[in-house]
Amino acid sequence: MALETSVIQNKLIENFGLKVSDFVQIHDIFTFEVTPESIVEVMQFLKDDATLRFNFLTDVCGVHYPDYEVNRQFAVVYHMHNWVDNVRIRIKCYLNAENPEIDTVSNLFLSANWQERETYDFYGIIFKGHPQLKRILNMDEMTSFPMRKEFPLEDGGRTDKDDRFFGRTTQNC
Amino acid sequence: MSDLLLPPEKRYANIINQRRNEDGSELSILNLGPTHPATHGIFQNILLMDGERIVDGEGTVGYIHRAFEKISENRPFYQITVLTDRMNYCSAPINNMGWWMTLEKALGVEVPKRVQYMRVIVMELARIADHIICNSVLGVDTGALTGFLYVFQFREKIYEIYEEICGARLTTNMGRIGGFERDWSPAVWSKLDKFLEEFPPIWTEFENLLTRNRIFMDRTINVGAISADKAISYGFTGPNLRAAGVDYDVRVMQPYSSYEDFDFNIPVGKSGDTYDRFCVRNQEVWESLSIIKQALAKMPEGPYHADVPDYYLPPKEDVYTTMESLIYHFKIVMGEVPVPLTEVYHPVEGGNGELGFYLITDGSRTPYRLHFRRPCFIYYQAFNEMVKGQMLSDAIATLSSLNVIAGELDA
Repeated sequence: MALETSVIQNKLIENFGLKVSDFVQIHDIFTFEVTPESIVEVMQFLKDDATLRFNFLTDVCGVHYPDYEVNRQFAVVYHMHNWVDNVRIRIKCYLNAENPEIDTVSNLFLSANWQERETYDFYGIIFKGHPQLKRILNMDEMTSFPMRKEFPLEDGGRTDKDDRFFGRTTQNC
Repeated sequence: MSDLLLPPEKRYANIINQRRNEDGSELSILNLGPTHPATHGIFQNILLMDGERIVDGEGTVGYIHRAFEKISENRPFYQITVLTDRMNYCSAPINNMGWWMTLEKALGVEVPKRVQYMRVIVMELARIADHIICNSVLGVDTGALTGFLYVFQFREKIYEIYEEICGARLTTNMGRIGGFERDWSPAVWSKLDKFLEEFPPIWTEFENLLTRNRIFMDRTINVGAISADKAISYGFTGPNLRAAGVDYDVRVMQPYSSYEDFDFNIPVGKSGDTYDRFCVRNQEVWESLSIIKQALAKMPEGPYHADVPDYYLPPKEDVYTTMESLIYHFKIVMGEVPVPLTEVYHPVEGGNGELGFYLITDGSRTPYRLHFRRPCFIYYQAFNEMVKGQMLSDAIATLSSLNVIAGELDA
C-alpha cells in the first residue's frame, strides 16, 4: 500500500495542529510548512511513526527571500524520503530576517551536520544546538554570507567588463 | 579573528587537548593533505596518531569551492550545464543529463523515447568511467599500479565516444533541453560496439587481478566499514550505501529517462567495508554494460530532440534564412525562454550516489535558487568516524574507496 499524501497530512495535523500548514503538491513532491520551533519534533515524528517512516534525510538547504515580509525572509528546506513506500516530502521552515535561528536536526540525522554548516556558511542561519557550527566551504575569516541576495556575484566597480548589452546589469551579476 | 592565523597547536585545539594517551604515552599529529597525492583532490585531514594508528581526526574541505550555486543564480539555464560538468568530473554526462531532466521537469518538456535511451547509454558509459577510475585507483593506493594503467585505456575509449557525441572529453557540456545537439554519427555507434566488444575481457582480467588477490583482500577487508544504519543516518547513497547492504538505487526507486524499460540487478554488499565497495562497483560495471546493450538493442527510431522551439535551438541554416528561427535563436542564446514559476527536485543516480538538483524558479532568465545535492559532500562527513582506530594506510584505502570527488564536494 502506497503512502497517500492525505495520510501524511492528516497525521501531521492531528498531532501538531497549527504548527504544520500550507500543504501542497508541487510536481512529484508533497510540500508543507512547519514552524521553526517545532521542526525537531515534527521530524522526529515523521521518522519514528510506524506508518510515515521517513527514514532518510535527503537534503537540507537554505533560501533567501529578501522581498518577503520580515518573518519569512529566510527558509530552510528539508527533503525527506520514505524508502519503504518510496515517498518524498519537502518541509519548509520560514525564519525571521533579523534573527534567523532554528533548532538543529543533526541529532536525528547525522547527515544534517555538514549540510547545516553549509547553510550557516552561506546564509548565516544559526542552527541551535549544532555540535560544531562553523564555516565549511568558505574561509573562516569571511564576515559575510555570500548566498544572500544582497551579496553581489561580482565586484560592482569593475570597469574591464561591460555586459549591459547581454542582459546583465550591475544588479543581476 | 580566525584560527587560521594562529599557530597550529592552538588552531586545532580540540585535537591537541587530547594529546596524551591514558597510559601517558605521547600522541602525534599528522597533517594529511591538502594536496597529498593519495587524497585524490584537495582535502586536508589533521590526524591524531598513536604510532601508526588513527585516534581522531578533523577534516577541512572547501579548498576548491567555486560558488556554483551563486553563479547559477546569475546565469541563464543553459549556461549552468558547464558548472555541473565541474562537479563530479569523473562522470560529467550524468550531471549534464540530470540537469537537463531537472529543467525539463520544471518546464514540462516531454522528450522522445530515443533521446531517453541515448541518455541512458551516455549515463551508463559515464558510470563505467567513474567506476573504472575509482576501483583502479583503489588498486594504486594499495600498491597495484598495473591494473590502473591497464583499464585506463578504456576510460580513454569512453572519452572518445563522448568526443564523437559532443566534441568534448572530460567536461562534456553535453545535450540541450529536450535532447542532444546533433544526432549521433555512425562513428558513435561503431565506437560503442567496439567498446562493448573489447572492454568486458579486460574488465574480467582486472577483476581477476584484484578480487581474490590475497594482498588486496588483506588491505581492504574490514577496513573502513560502516553499518547500514549508520550509513543511512549519514546520508550515504550510491555504491557506498549498497556495499553496506541497502539496495537503494534512484534508477529503480524513481526511474527517470526510461530506466524502467531495462532489466538489471542492483548489486549489494554486506559489511560496508572497502572490499565490499570495490566489489559492488565491479558488479555495477557489468550491470551498466548490460543496460547499454539492452538500450542499443531496443533503440527506437525517432528524432534526437524534442520538438520544443521555445527551448531547443533551431538548425543553424534556418537561422540565416528565416525570421522565425532567427528570433528563437536569439532569444534562446540570450536566455529569454518562458519559465514557469515552480520548484522541482530531481534526483539521478550519479557515479557515487544520489545527485539531486533542487531548483526554484521565479519566472526570470536565471534560477531563483539552485541547490545541488552532492552525494560525496554528505557522506564524506562519516570519514573520520570510519577511520578511527585504523592504520594510516587503511585511511588512504578507505578514502579512495569512498569515491570522494573534490570538485563535487566543494561545488
